[in-house]
Amino acid sequence: MENPILTKLKEKFPETILEIAEFRGELTIVVKREDIIPVCTFLRDEPELSFNFLSDLTGVDYLGRKPRFDVVYHLYSIDRNHRLRLKVKVEEDESVPSVTSVWNTANWFEREVFDLLGIRFDNHPDLRRIVLPEDWEGHPLRKDFPLTREEVMFTHNKNRPPKITE
Amino acid sequence: MKPQVSNRIERIDTHTMILNMGPQHPATHGVLRVILELDGETVVKATPDIGYLHTGIEKTMESKTYAQVIPLTDRMDYVASLSNNLAYLLAVERLLDIQAPPKAQFVRVLLTELTRIASHLVWVGSHAHDIGAMSMLLYAFREREKLLDIFELVSGQRMMTSYFRIGGLAQDVPDGFEPKVKEVLDTFPDRINDYENLLTKNRIWLNRTVGVGKISARDAIDWGVSGPILRGSGVSWDIRKSNPYSGYDKFNFDIPTGKNGDVYDRYLVRLEEMRQSLRIVGQALDGIPEGDFVARIPGVVLPPKEEVLSNIEALIFQFKLVVEGFSPPVGEVYHSIESPKGKLGYYIVSDGSNKPYRVRVRPPCFVNLSALPKMIEGRLIADVVAVIGSIDIVLGEVDR
Repeated sequence: MENPILTKLKEKFPETILEIAEFRGELTIVVKREDIIPVCTFLRDEPELSFNFLSDLTGVDYLGRKPRFDVVYHLYSIDRNHRLRLKVKVEEDESVPSVTSVWNTANWFEREVFDLLGIRFDNHPDLRRIVLPEDWEGHPLRKDFPLTREEVMFTHNKNRPPKITE
Repeated sequence: MKPQVSNRIERIDTHTMILNMGPQHPATHGVLRVILELDGETVVKATPDIGYLHTGIEKTMESKTYAQVIPLTDRMDYVASLSNNLAYLLAVERLLDIQAPPKAQFVRVLLTELTRIASHLVWVGSHAHDIGAMSMLLYAFREREKLLDIFELVSGQRMMTSYFRIGGLAQDVPDGFEPKVKEVLDTFPDRINDYENLLTKNRIWLNRTVGVGKISARDAIDWGVSGPILRGSGVSWDIRKSNPYSGYDKFNFDIPTGKNGDVYDRYLVRLEEMRQSLRIVGQALDGIPEGDFVARIPGVVLPPKEEVLSNIEALIFQFKLVVEGFSPPVGEVYHSIESPKGKLGYYIVSDGSNKPYRVRVRPPCFVNLSALPKMIEGRLIADVVAVIGSIDIVLGEVDR
């Protein structure tokens, strides 16, 4: 029996759905990047789905795959107690429409994805770095940003710059 | 000569003042910076600035095996470390499709509820201290000492316990465990009554907390707020009831909710949650089933020490597991629990290797803090401290 959420979504947006996967009882739907706002608005407002809670908005870097990034949305409905995972695949210089107009929760989540992975969001009210300082260069959570180890400075090595190993 | 009195009121130019509630501040519970724009004493705009405690935990987790990640999870919400462990391990166990045995589940529930009480004690102590009732801090930490003694008894550590493992517990519960928990169960209800006597009907407390920092249920859901704040606004949602994990469906407990969504309601909700947690601890202690403390799955769980020292196969498994770790199937899971702060979720992406490809922690304090401007704008500056305290943030989780 097909998941009723999937049925309703297929009815309303037949061409937007790109992939469907189910693993350990969790349904994942990949949708087209441009249509994310209509899909999310439908999921929130449709009375039988009523996904009013955006649990999480995050990004994953699949270096070496085209498109490189995945932006993952975890949705939950407090009234109906069902969950959904939506994904959007993004290339390196592309941007994703921001869903802050649908759920205000997305505000800080999208800032964090921009900060750590470098994915831009269109129409975000305040897109700037959140956990890193404003003048930081680079996006640490990307797979090509090294996990650096810096040597600890004591008095015996204070007169030379710290060695950095990766 | 009489002075001329003008009938027009001269326009006086006013500016708003930007006040920095800096990262070093006794009332921000860690290194949190809030940039307040004030018009007199009214807060016009509040912008939290976080990131002072960012240590790149999510990136570090990508370079450790699944079992090595467990100590990293403790350090995020450092006040309630066992619930972080539980959240991560339940996600990994879902990825591997294994279940901990009943004894391990009961002990996990017992210790997680004690952690909830410990976290709420820190909260009530520091929140009351910020508002001005300074002696609450010392009373709360005196009770917390007994709980930390229990944690030290089972795991050897007071705070960063890392006591749970994939498939169950690290070791069996030691002998003195039950008497110590019984002692907490006997003495604690009186203590909570003491706190209620001190604060709940106290006129100064009511003046400072009733009607302060209100957020409606609709706004709270829109801003992703979860946990006691959402329950204080009237939404009765607790993940332990809606999606039970680790055997919570076998226990009887109630979910307290508030009506107005202000600081006072959140205080009442958390105090009542401490009482409900004691109820769960009592039920868990009475009914710990017999059995093994960890699921004996050869490729994932370390074999028992006696076998390692005598059997060559167990020795090989032990070596491989410690040095290399195990490789779960390819896939992704998301699992969330009700931590003392709210909905704590872990999203783990596995690519089939022995290290997780991506671990994402959905931090409740981060999301709850993003709703701070909604709660504080339009109120007086003296309420900022009360509201920040009522959100119950732990900066280790906000910044990771």
